[in-house]
Parts: sequence; C-alpha cells; structure tokens
Amino acid sequence: MTMENNLNQKHTLSVLVDNEPGVLSRVTGLFSGRGFNIESLCVAETMDPQVSRITLVTRGSEQIVEQITKQLNKLINVIKVIDFTGTEFVEREMALIKVRAEASTRAEILRTVDIFRCKVVDVSLQDYTIEVTGTAGKIEALLTLLSHLGIKEIARTGAIALGRSKKEGPLKREGVKE
Amino acid sequence: MKLSGAEIVVESLIQEGVKFVFGYPGAVITDIYDCLEKRPVRHVLVRHEQGAVHMADGYARASGQVGVCLVTSGPGATNTVTGIASAYMDSIPIVVFTGQVPTELIGNDAFQEVDIVGITRPCTKHNYLVKRVEDLARVIKEAFYLARSGRPGPILVDLPKDVLKAQTEFKYPKKVELKSYRPTYNAHPGQIEKAAALLQKARKPVIYAGGGALASRCSPEIRTLAEALSIPVTSTLMGLGCFPGTHPLSLGMLGMHGTYWANMAVGHCDVLIAVGARFDDRVTGNVERFAPEARIIHIDIDPTSIRKSVNVEVPIVGDCKDALTKLNQRIQQWAAQDWSKMRQPWLETIREWQTSHPLTYRQEGEEIKPQFVVEKIYEVTRGQAIITTEVGQNQMWAAQFYKFDRPHSFITSGGLGVMGYGFPAAIGAQIACPERMVIDIAGDGSIQMNIQEMATAVANNVPVKIAILNNGYLGMVRQVQELFYGKRYAQTALSGNPDFVKLAEAYGAVGLRASRPEEVVPVIKKALSIPRTVIMDFVVCAEECVSPMVPAGAAMTEMLLVS
Ligand SMILES: Cc1ncc(C[n+]2csc(CCOP(=O)(O)OP(=O)(O)O)c2C)c(N)n1
Ligand SMILES: [Mg+2]
Repeated sequence: MTMENNLNQKHTLSVLVDNEPGVLSRVTGLFSGRGFNIESLCVAETMDPQVSRITLVTRGSEQIVEQITKQLNKLINVIKVIDFTGTEFVEREMALIKVRAEASTRAEILRTVDIFRCKVVDVSLQDYTIEVTGTAGKIEALLTLLSHLGIKEIARTGAIALGRSKKEGPLKREGVKE
Repeated sequence: MKLSGAEIVVESLIQEGVKFVFGYPGAVITDIYDCLEKRPVRHVLVRHEQGAVHMADGYARASGQVGVCLVTSGPGATNTVTGIASAYMDSIPIVVFTGQVPTELIGNDAFQEVDIVGITRPCTKHNYLVKRVEDLARVIKEAFYLARSGRPGPILVDLPKDVLKAQTEFKYPKKVELKSYRPTYNAHPGQIEKAAALLQKARKPVIYAGGGALASRCSPEIRTLAEALSIPVTSTLMGLGCFPGTHPLSLGMLGMHGTYWANMAVGHCDVLIAVGARFDDRVTGNVERFAPEARIIHIDIDPTSIRKSVNVEVPIVGDCKDALTKLNQRIQQWAAQDWSKMRQPWLETIREWQTSHPLTYRQEGEEIKPQFVVEKIYEVTRGQAIITTEVGQNQMWAAQFYKFDRPHSFITSGGLGVMGYGFPAAIGAQIACPERMVIDIAGDGSIQMNIQEMATAVANNVPVKIAILNNGYLGMVRQVQELFYGKRYAQTALSGNPDFVKLAEAYGAVGLRASRPEEVVPVIKKALSIPRTVIMDFVVCAEECVSPMVPAGAAMTEMLLVS
C-alpha cells in the first residue's frame, strides 16, 4: 500500500503565524529540512500586529502537499494554514522593471505600459522603471514584450493571495481577472 | 516580592514538581546553581552534557514525568544536541535549559556564544530564547506543557545571563494560552465506526503498536482489543512492552531484525491496525511492498505521521487510549461471536511460521554467545528489570531475547540510534525507579561513548548494572561487512579496548568478567546482589550475527536467516 499520484501541482498556501523573531526560519527550515520546495514566499504583518501572513507557493503531489500542510500546522507558531488550490481566490504578484528607454523606443514602452495597465514610477534619460501588478502570467507576458527593448534590472515579489468573498446572486465579478 | 530570573527558573521547577535536574555548570548559569542549592530540587552533576540529556530522557521514560537538564552556553549547549535529537525522534518529554550570553552581546560572537535556538530548531518540538525576565515564568510553563502534551517531545529554553540577573514579580501562570497549539485528543466517532467495519470483516488482522502506545499509556486497551477479537500483536522497537511479550497473541518485534513470524504476519494480513507507530523505514523495508494485502487503520495523535509513507484507509487522529477505548466499546456488541475459533486458521498459519523459523542461536563449545547472555539476564531477572540498551547488535539481541511484559521497561534510542545512550539513560531510569533493577545491555564500542558517566553513577550511588556484550567489534557494522562487503572489516575491529573490569574499579565501581558459558549466570547473579554500580564484561563470540535480517531495499517478507 504505497502512496500513489505523482502530480506536480502548484499550490498557493496562506500561513498565518505569530509575528515573532525566528518564525520565518522555522517555516523555511521545515521546507529545506524535509526536501519540500518553495517557489516563492511573501511575508508581512496582518491587521493584527501580533500575526503575520506568509503566502507561499509550492509544488508537489497531493500527498506531499498534505504533508506540507500538516507539518506547517504542527509548528507551534503557526496559527492557520489555508491551501487556496481548488478554491476561489485572488492572487497577485508585483514587479519593478527597469527598461532601456531611448528616443526611438520611449513611445512604444509607454503604449505597452498603457495596455498592461501598469505605471512608470521612475524616469531618467536612459531608462524607465515600470511597476506592474498582476498574475504571474501577466508579468511574464510584459517581460517578454519588453525584453527586446533591453531590460536592465528587475525586482519581483512572490505571490500574495486572499480567498474570494462569497458573491450574492448573479452579481458579476469585477475588476479582477485570473 | 521581586525575584531574579535565576530564582524564577528554580521556583518554576518547583511549581512543575521537578525533583531532579541533570546538569553541568558554567559561567552564565552560575546564578541558577546558586539558587538551586538552597531549594528542594536535587541536581545530578554529570560528566558530559550529552549524558545529562540521555539521563533526563531515561528518567522521563521510566517515570512518565518530564525530564529536565541544565547546561551552560556555547559548548555546554552544543553538547546537548545529540541527546535532544534522540528525544525528538523518540517523542520523549524533556525540557533543556541552556545558558546564553547577555542579550546585548547576542550576535557579536561573544565568548561561548552559540545560536542554540537556531541549531536545535529542527530537532525540538519547540524552543525559546527568553529576552525579557517578564516572559520567563510564562515560557517555562509553556515549555513543560508543550513537552508533555500532544505528541511529547523536547523543548529548549535559552536563558541569557542578564535575564537571569534581572528582577520581576514572580507569578507562575495557572494556565497555558497558546492559540496555535491544540492537539486533538478525541478520536472522531465516525472514524471509529469505519475502523470497526473493517475489523468486523477482517480474517487476518494484526495490531502493530509503536512508541506512541507507551506515550498514551494504552496497554490495557490494546490488550482488551487483542483478546476480544483474538488479534495478534506485533510491536516496534519503541513499542516493546506495551503488550506482554509472553502473551500467546504476542508476535514480538517486527522490522529489519524483527521475528520471522511478525514480518510474515504483517506481509500477509488483511487489516493492519497501527497504534502510535509511524511506519518507519526500519519497519516497512521496501515501502512499495509493505503489507501488500492490508487495509490500514492508523491511530496517531500526530496528523503528520498519517499518510507520511504509506496510504491509510482509516486515519484516526487522536490519543490512542481514547481511540481504542471507543473502539473497544463499539466491538462489545460482537461479544457473542466466538472470535478465537474464527481466528484459528490465521493464528495457526502464524504458528507455522514461528515453528519453522524460530529465533535461535547455538550455545555450544567454549565461547559465550551474546544471545545466551541476554537470555540468562532475562531468566535471572524473571523479566522484571528495566533494560536500556546501547546501539548495534546488543540492542537487537536485547529486543529479541528479553521478553517485556511490563510497559516502560525497555528504554532504547530507537529513532536516532545513538551509541552511548543506554548507560546515561539507565542512570536516569534508576533515579526515577530506585526500587527496580536497571540494566544497560551494552556493546564494547557504545559503552565508551559515555563511559565518563561512571563517575556520575558512583558519586550518586546509582546501582545500575552494565552488561557489555564484548565482541571486540563494532558488531553491527561488522555484520554488514560480513554479509555485503566480502568480510572486509574496515575500521570495525576495536583494538585498544580497555580492561573493563579494571576500568570499573578505577571509578570505584565493581567489575566482573565472564569468559566461559558456565560463568555467565554466576556473574549475573553476583552483579545483581551488589547494591552498587557494576560492569559485567561478557567476552562473547566475536563474529555472531543478528538474525533474521531484512537487507536494505528488500520486502519485509524477504528475510535473510543468518546462522
Ligand atoms: C554515535 C554513533 N556513531 C556511529 C553509529 C553507527 N553504528 C551503529 S551500530 C555500531 C556498532 C556498535 O558497536 P558496539 O557498541 O560494540 O555494539 P555491537 O554491535 O558490537 O553489539 C555503529 C558504529 C551510531 N549508531 N551512533
Ligand atoms: Mg561490539
């Protein structure tokens, strides 16, 4: 009777933890010590200053992710673990992209920024710095378009996520796209 | 009234009912020692901090109380790591207090500074660095609560010197409030129902009990279930004693060096009821081929143990005692059925395996067989001793040839397999149970890993007995070399072993030696009659192997019978 399934599905986990020194290293140490992988990780305080939210993206079979969730729950400083996979949730990443902006390309960059509904947050004679938020897919698409213009540097966050609120009646979801 | 941090530590220990602390002083914890001397907590001065942790571990297992250690910062702290890791693997409740440099020096590579909280993070159930004296009492309260509740385990509390000096009002908290820690004790009735349904149809069931059964103190419930439905019981190395070894339904130990019939029974059972066990690789062997016909019921207080390595049909999260009590109630309705008659064919099959492949050895000629020594210790003590072991062949022969009828009587480093564990653990167990006979069944290699604790035993009049199965080898490794490395005994012959009799005498203890089979029983009897620390040096056959043995990667039913 062995464990079946080797599906390597992506899972976005939201982990509420005590906002204390050393907690992040308990969480990451668990992943490295047990050979689980972390694709990205974001941490910040919640509304309650004693609680932080870690949003963590990992990959693994059903059984591995079940172990990850249980092992996280076993840490004394972990208050709650939510696996968003298979539920309705909103997920966003952010990137800052410094792209070479010459006279000949400035207009094209601004047009692209417009299409992607992102912002130029810093300007110099040589380059633009663009701020973009969205799904990983959107950020990848923007990077592809900008890459031939010459990307100098990027800084990217991991994903953050929240579960969607229940919608009443036939109301349409607005403003957010997956 | 205000108390200093050091006083708070000591008063908190008293509040927790701690009677013994195993420790070793150093600069940053001198304040605690200064307070400890004046209060009714007995301190056992060890000779190496690793010994202190194993003693606390042995004490905890024998007494059911939390074991406590106290050591200094830096090297004192790092010396505890092996002991902590062993207690973690075996889920033993201990609290280790380490000294730390003053808070303002932390991070400065100060003298004897080490990040012990960082080092022990993956091998403690939880650990703390106390930065404010106001937090101290609460942290200690939590530490003891965490150590003993849920799945027990070691907790480390790091105490900077300035926190021990600082003063505050002392009020020991009555309750622990940890919003993120709520172990599940109550087994879900729906799952019990499913387990009962599987059991009702089972033709060839086996109960597989582990260390969790001892932690949960559910021996009576296991016995009730086994006897009610005539289910044979096998136990892991950690679980030995949770079901009487001499009971007709006992299969003995399973696993890599388990009995042939226990492994065959598990390999052919149709329902396997795991109680506080974790399907360790030494138990499952090739996991793909473990218990291939079994539908598995798994009872464990730790959800991570369930479905970690094998698939489980009926998981039951909860205290084993609670789950089994409910299950036993549920199956009472079937009392009218003649289960023992119904079980006859299955028990008969197992008996055939047992008859065809018993645990044997041949005691012949001039040489003492190590198994013979264990068997004689069993006979002379009538199975009533607390046995601790070192690691290696000595450990396996102790597990195979001493039949444990009482729980908490077999104390061994199961998960981590620490050579040097058994002797200090025996000291801890003897201190916990002064009225019982405590014997460390040792190897000549392992005993030298914490031999310095002879001084601790002698100084504290701890009358433990050490039975060295002296084969002149790191026997378990030699066995692997004999069977799988063409008898090339690279670095496993122990030349330069001391004369253990003289060594005992040098420490002010008693040393006895047996070199011929007929000397074995007299030496054991003599040792047991002396109320002091005694080393028995049994010069045994050098190249004996532990049998059966499941080679790495094989299925548990593919045992090698080594003669
Ligand atoms: C601290 C430690 N180091 C190494 C090992 C690996 N090891 C396992 S058994 C063994 C041999 C033990 O020799 P001995 O104590 O003489 O026992 P025997 O097998 O001969 O009974 C060794 C080296 C271990 N388990 N623990
Ligand atoms: Mg040896």
